[in-house]
Amino acid sequence: MLKAIRERPSLQGLILISPTLFWLIVFLLIPLALIVVISFGARGSYGNVEYTFNLNNYARLFDADYASILWDSIWIALLTTVFCLLAGYPLAYYIARTHPIRRSLLMFLVLVPFWTNFLIRIYAWMIILRGEGVLSAVMTALGLMQGPGLWLFEQVQLYTPGAVLISMVYEFIPFMILPLYTSLEKLDPSLLEAAADLGARPWRAFLRVTLPLSVPGIVAGSILVFIPAMGMFVVPDLIGGAKTVMVGNLIRNQFLTARDWPFGAAASMVLMVLTLGVTLIYTRTFGFGEELVR
Amino acid sequence: MSDSSVELNNITKKFTSPEGNPVLAVDNMTLRICDGEFFSFLGPSGCGKTTSLRLIAGFEQPTSGEVVIAGQVMGMTPPFQRPVNTVFQSYALFPHMTVEQNIAFGLEMKHTPKADIQQRVTESLAMVRLPCMEKRYPKQLSGGQQQRIALARALVNRPQVLLLDEPLGALDLKLRKEMQIELKTLQREVGITFVYVTHDQEEALTMSDRIAVMHQGKALQVGSPTEIYERPNCRFVADFIGETNFLPGTLAGSKGNRAMVDCGNPLQGDNLRVVAETDRALAPGTAVTVAVRPEKIRVHLEPVPNTPNCFAAQIEKVVYIGTDTHFQMRLGNGAILRVRQQNLISTPDPTAYFGGQTSVYAVWPPESAQVLVE
Repeated sequence: MLKAIRERPSLQGLILISPTLFWLIVFLLIPLALIVVISFGARGSYGNVEYTFNLNNYARLFDADYASILWDSIWIALLTTVFCLLAGYPLAYYIARTHPIRRSLLMFLVLVPFWTNFLIRIYAWMIILRGEGVLSAVMTALGLMQGPGLWLFEQVQLYTPGAVLISMVYEFIPFMILPLYTSLEKLDPSLLEAAADLGARPWRAFLRVTLPLSVPGIVAGSILVFIPAMGMFVVPDLIGGAKTVMVGNLIRNQFLTARDWPFGAAASMVLMVLTLGVTLIYTRTFGFGEELVR
Repeated sequence: MSDSSVELNNITKKFTSPEGNPVLAVDNMTLRICDGEFFSFLGPSGCGKTTSLRLIAGFEQPTSGEVVIAGQVMGMTPPFQRPVNTVFQSYALFPHMTVEQNIAFGLEMKHTPKADIQQRVTESLAMVRLPCMEKRYPKQLSGGQQQRIALARALVNRPQVLLLDEPLGALDLKLRKEMQIELKTLQREVGITFVYVTHDQEEALTMSDRIAVMHQGKALQVGSPTEIYERPNCRFVADFIGETNFLPGTLAGSKGNRAMVDCGNPLQGDNLRVVAETDRALAPGTAVTVAVRPEKIRVHLEPVPNTPNCFAAQIEKVVYIGTDTHFQMRLGNGAILRVRQQNLISTPDPTAYFGGQTSVYAVWPPESAQVLVE
């Protein structure tokens, strides 16, 4: 037995991946297959599933109401990714360039929020952003609750899309910072000296050297933020109120509240295809970066 | 050759080490590098040679003093505005750009017209003898090829001064020797001032017009390779460049540039009176050291009459190294003398040179020995 394993590398590989393979087949592939089957079924009168074959569930997703939910989901996930990138890049750059001792402390601080339960952090944002909350109190005390200040507060107040965006960026930014930091930290500082030596001003050195060499980090970070952001339903539920419904909320409601499993399954399939599609277009455009492919 | 290309005037550079201790990397250094010269900073690691180069490039700012390049006081001028280019120790080629894009980078930054860029890139690739490599990426090149690309990338900008920070350090010995000759030839061809940093004395001696031997942030001696090797001005230089025997003693007297030095203890009758060169007048009784290179010493079987510096010695150790044989001898005063003889005749036994005899006479001419003051 052992001899057979030793002589066949392919068998060794199979043994090594078998626990994960088992896990993925039982808890991912089989449920996924069930979802595919259910998505073509119909809702019975008592909320049960009738196994027929029809495309009605998918057709319903193109109704104006549902299509706009899908569109909003993509839009919010994209905005979350962009803001995470814009806010995360300078921080990751700073951490990668600072003294090694301070570097580990700062990375530690980036990860500290993970020590607190996700829901508790969302409730904290509710306390901050609500009408009579912390933010409004501070802004009132500073005399900013008028004119543009008031307008700004109304954009991010609890139960607005702005509030959802803020909370999502807050939630996902570490997933952007980590891969960005990894690729920026690998950047040899002598490359920037070489750029300066060859006559590049700092801004041009950044655009021609730093930015292209951090593309693998940008791509990895964007994927890590975009995919979970697409399926998020807790944040829009608690922070977005009735005004912001993402496809994640739609799916959850179909399964748990409306008991329309076939429609929920169809929405899940569409969410998956959309996420894959956007990710594919993105990676085809920017590449994975050599490091991720090889 | 007379106009100075780079001047360092009373340059001092202090750092704070990661542990918070102050470090004096360059200590009040003043020197001039002439136009069109191949100038080397030579010294052990941590002597301040790389810092000196970085001060010229503008990557570091001096704590005090001024850097002058081509008659312009640099002050706070940033690296991207200085008329110098650098070949980095790690080459620092941009990994995401082709060879062509790497070389064109400097010209693009200066907004050179596209047609000119194309032509100059081709020219500079021919100059470093790597034609047809335009479309390759740095990763696809060998270390020696990357080194040439780094050189081409710097030279294509036609800088006033080319700075080279141990550019051959990562190459194997044979390639390094080839590149030394090639670099020297290239420098003659382009006529640009080269400022070269190395810890390899042989490399510095081979290529340089002048060398600054650095130690603890100071340029101890600045001179031509022969001056540095034949007339070291202090013990550190004599010791760092090549191998040297040091015979401590007391000055007995001097006449012109000849000095008599008593090495050993005269009371015990084992005194050796050594005659050596001195470049300064010294009072008798001064404690001095005589430095003599191992290859300057001849070995005789009989004493040579009427000759200064002829001393009886016992051969203690013989090491055969192919081209030469190294002898370790003990002089009458107990001092150890290392002697190097070229193997002019093929012999299976290098000790056979002296007929198996271990009692010999070591002889060296006075002009081959140098008096050093501690």
